[in-house]
Amino acid sequence: MAIWLTKDSKVIVQGMTGSEGSKHTRRMLAAGTNVVGGVNPRKAGQTVDFDGTELPVFASVADAMAETGADVTVIFVPPQFTKAAVVEAIDAAIPLAVVITEGVPVHDTASFWAYNVAQGEQTRIIGPNCPGIASPGASNAGIIPADITGSGRIGLVSKSGTLTYQMMYELRDIGFSTCVGIGGDPIIGTTHIDALAAFEADPETDAIVMIGEIGGDAEERAAEFIKANVTKPVVGYIAGFTAPPGKTMGHAGAIISGSAGTAEAKQAALEAVGVKVGKTPTETAKLMREIMSGN
Amino acid sequence: MDLYEYQGRDLFERHGLPVLAGGVATTPEEARAIAERLGGRVVVKAQVKVGGRGKAGGVKLAEGPDEAVARATDILGMDIKGHTVHKVMITVTADVAEEYYFSYLLDRANRTFLCIASVAGGMDIEQVAAETPDKVVKAPIDAVKGVDEAKAREIVTAAGFPAEVADQVVEIAVGLWQAFVAEDATLVEVNPLAKNGDGRMLLLDAKISLDENAGFRHPDHEALVDQAAVDPLEQAAKAKDLNYVKLDGEVGIIGNGAGLVMSTLDVVAYAGERHGNVKPANFLDIGGGASAAVMANGLEIVLSDPAVKSVFVNVFGGITACDEVANGIIQALALLEQRGEQVTKPLVVRLDGNNAEAGRAILDSANNPLVQRVDTMDGAAERAAELAAAGV
Repeated sequence: MAIWLTKDSKVIVQGMTGSEGSKHTRRMLAAGTNVVGGVNPRKAGQTVDFDGTELPVFASVADAMAETGADVTVIFVPPQFTKAAVVEAIDAAIPLAVVITEGVPVHDTASFWAYNVAQGEQTRIIGPNCPGIASPGASNAGIIPADITGSGRIGLVSKSGTLTYQMMYELRDIGFSTCVGIGGDPIIGTTHIDALAAFEADPETDAIVMIGEIGGDAEERAAEFIKANVTKPVVGYIAGFTAPPGKTMGHAGAIISGSAGTAEAKQAALEAVGVKVGKTPTETAKLMREIMSGN
Repeated sequence: MDLYEYQGRDLFERHGLPVLAGGVATTPEEARAIAERLGGRVVVKAQVKVGGRGKAGGVKLAEGPDEAVARATDILGMDIKGHTVHKVMITVTADVAEEYYFSYLLDRANRTFLCIASVAGGMDIEQVAAETPDKVVKAPIDAVKGVDEAKAREIVTAAGFPAEVADQVVEIAVGLWQAFVAEDATLVEVNPLAKNGDGRMLLLDAKISLDENAGFRHPDHEALVDQAAVDPLEQAAKAKDLNYVKLDGEVGIIGNGAGLVMSTLDVVAYAGERHGNVKPANFLDIGGGASAAVMANGLEIVLSDPAVKSVFVNVFGGITACDEVANGIIQALALLEQRGEQVTKPLVVRLDGNNAEAGRAILDSANNPLVQRVDTMDGAAERAAELAAAGV
């Protein structure tokens, strides 16, 4: 089953003809992802060859969906054009849009998120500034390396790309149902809570690793959610205990989150609801290993 | 990027918002010229990005140009909570009758923007919110719809602004929102938003943060960066397109991916607790494709910090292949030697992930006495801390 992305997912790539888009389309195909086409209005009607796989280019997300039955789009367009690309995906009501692009202005993200809400949230947005989502052995939408781990019964949700890879690597002998990189931007389309809820409901996930980092209070809110809604074991890791304070948080921002935002506050919130928090990625993996082996 | 008050005043002025006439000076003589231009009594305000300037003696009245020079001489060079004053803002004075509070900011939790307004201004808004929460209005703003006159009036009414200033505050609320959007700000805070003796509203202070991700549509924002206040190593790193933050420790850190590097800092700090309390010296994320040139630039920056006693290179090869990273490290050391840099600090390297075996083999066969290879992140952090403690 996995969450959100399965072997049946049909994936299109917005920005497939660009350098990043084409590089990762090739990698996604190699990982077994069912990539069915790309979107670029200026190259509509053409096809692109990926090592023998001919992929059609469509004028719009809506066209691509109508022609191929695509239900996932992966967005690689540059930051200047990301908002328009996401709005196009929302307008087409594609079920899942994975926004890889780094450096999107937060006003643009706030704007397409508000637009998505106004349209009834028919599109799940992951990112921006994220590595994407991988259900090992089934499908891979984004830039997460496909060969780190095989499929298994751990669910992983993380704000960070490389820490996602590190955790997948540490627990590669056990394997993962789905790994979701939700991204490190201040506004993101899919939160820790969304992923926790989906993993809780997923019959193929037995336990969850949650990786957070300093800033905001998403981890604190995830802790409250876990207390009320999650019965599966959760192990946590927070990065940034030694990061200098005051880097990203404005003064008036603090009025919303109170004293939250520090790694200490996040760890304390998670531990208060029974989540074991590892001191290092390796220790976190060890905690998960103990859970999966029934100790 | 956080702006100085004077930059905020300028920005408000450009957007047609009512501010006091003024200018910024870096020397007492510049202060005189501004005071002469403004005429009459002026205020001299220290420009530092920290609160509590008034209490620290960084805000003074002056009765004319001569006094403005004297006050600027006092304030320039002053230390306010660890911030040296390099600039003063000179403005005409306001005859303040009432002080209010108004801000727009990013609300991460609700994935939107928030307006905070209060008739209790001029003091710490967090304190007001804690002590008299009914005096603080927090209104979510729809990022698509924004703040039009109707929305502004709703906020102004909810916050209980007096009838005689309501129309002016509505106009300011709309104008401030337009500035907030046009400049890609994540915070505009006006405290106080003041009513002058003549009934006119004025934005008397400005705390503004701008979104650096939006720099591509604001080429003018680059000029707002206070280069003198940027750490020289951070400046050099930025010139080389490296994501580097200077810290106060002895173990240089190079890694790929912000989360992994942040985690590396933590792991090194924990290891340091067992080794002379050494700490990470910097944050440096070399990103995905760590070529030899990028690695060389990174190493050069990290090693030019005299406090660094050892370097920990922590790479998890996702897209990047570790054999390329290993070649990069060896080539980087050779490159630095060619540039005339004498590398004497030990490097502890941990490679995992894509082609890790090949990468490790390359490091082993290069047999560089400065490079030590450790297989795990925790083990490598331990070794790097140990070496730094021995070198201190």
